[in-house]
Amino acid sequence: MARIIVVTSGKGGVGKTTTSAAIAMGLAKKGHKTAVIDFDVGLRNLDLILGCERRVVYDFVNVINDEATLNQALIKDKRCNQLYILPASQTRDKDALTKEGVGKVLEELSKTFKYVVCDSPAGIERGANLAMYFADDAFVVTNPEVSSVRDSDRMLGILSSKSKRAELGEEPIKEYLLLSRYDPKRVKLGAMLSVEDVQDILSLHLLGVIPESQSVLSASNAGEPVILDEKSDAGQAYSDIVDRYLGEDKPHRFVDEEKKGLFGRLFRS
Amino acid sequence: MSTDSQPTSASSPAFEFKSGVITIPVLNLFSADINVITHQLREKIKQAPEFFTNSSLLLDLSALQDQDLNLSLLVDAIRNSGMRPIGVRGGTADQHQDAKGLMLPIMATQNSTASTKQEAPVRAEAPKQETPGPAASTTTASTIINQPIRSGQRVYVKGDLIVIAQVSAGAEVIAEGNIHIYGTLRGRALAGVQGDESAQIFCSDLQAELVSVAGTYRISEDLDESKRNTPVQIYLNNQALIIKNI
Repeated sequence: MARIIVVTSGKGGVGKTTTSAAIAMGLAKKGHKTAVIDFDVGLRNLDLILGCERRVVYDFVNVINDEATLNQALIKDKRCNQLYILPASQTRDKDALTKEGVGKVLEELSKTFKYVVCDSPAGIERGANLAMYFADDAFVVTNPEVSSVRDSDRMLGILSSKSKRAELGEEPIKEYLLLSRYDPKRVKLGAMLSVEDVQDILSLHLLGVIPESQSVLSASNAGEPVILDEKSDAGQAYSDIVDRYLGEDKPHRFVDEEKKGLFGRLFRS
Repeated sequence: MSTDSQPTSASSPAFEFKSGVITIPVLNLFSADINVITHQLREKIKQAPEFFTNSSLLLDLSALQDQDLNLSLLVDAIRNSGMRPIGVRGGTADQHQDAKGLMLPIMATQNSTASTKQEAPVRAEAPKQETPGPAASTTTASTIINQPIRSGQRVYVKGDLIVIAQVSAGAEVIAEGNIHIYGTLRGRALAGVQGDESAQIFCSDLQAELVSVAGTYRISEDLDESKRNTPVQIYLNNQALIIKNI
């Protein structure tokens, strides 16, 4: 049985797709067979971030409607043979997703995959609801600002009341906090919520802090998941997150401002 | 209110029965002396004639259990003052008999809190803890919640509510009894929503959007800064919402 992970947030633009791509690639690189599904039907992005947009033939909605088999629609990643992508349909909307259809696809994926990462669309409507409905674990991506935190809180409420696990009275979805676009410098100036502030409001287990980083934008544009950029701080942060999720005990990084040495001051700034 | 409906062969219905809720003024009587009542009533009407003239009125006789009341004279006096009695509630069987003779329907008394409220002015020196007694005795079992109540979630319980976690901004906890929150209250907490004025709210960190006891509420903006971010107890004292540090 695969472990189903939903990457969700409520609010848009916080880094769900970046996170989904990075996490899925990270798990696959660790040798776990992983599928990543784009639930953002109509606003397909995941294929771009993973750099497989030119190889899309069939999509998620085709599989739901039995117009293609799962094997026809899954795209195998060229960099890592353990990673498969199920892209969203760009010409349809969220109404094309049905609970039965999504359930059927996830069940089939569960037979052969170790992890299934569901990249949720923003909002709390159909697409987002179906992305989280079957989940075992939830990665709640939050930016350190009040509206993102409140939307995440709302999403957590939905996770604990409207998921399959909640409806069947099973063990609740495991929820993890991923704080993205974090800038310790601005936190210090009081212009950004701190890790403690966010954790105080959400009272959630912190899986990792992803620093605000130029490398995320360039990685997205290049179609390379940022986790593959081992030199970048965001890439390292995602690697740590995957390790922590898999049970490794790693200290949190990127929470405090980096102390620049003499050489750092001379050469980096 | 007549309930007899005649069978009709007409195809389209001539009426329908529907239940409706309207708010009407209730006259809580503390004295059976018609002269005193009439005099005080006219004084009141003089203050706002447009509000009172031709207004329907329910007579509450609960406080006159042991007093001799000439209901017929009272109703005449009220009608002469310009108001329209449409029914009575409370009172003795004799008074109900009089009401039937006057074609006034007898309404059910709301609950025991109504009678305690009327007694309050009579024995003013009674300790305040005693009055809520009868209402509090009817509370049902309490509900305990262990996980955070998130933004957008609503919890309603009949008895007491105990939350051993936080209540997020945009969440609502509602109880007919007391509310205890062993965590930060950032959302809304409404205790005694069925009118129990003895209900209280306790929380270990007050950052609420709104707190309310039996309909008397206060919003975040009106919270005293010295009470914010502190453990508090919130209760009603003579219709005033008191927030006290604990």
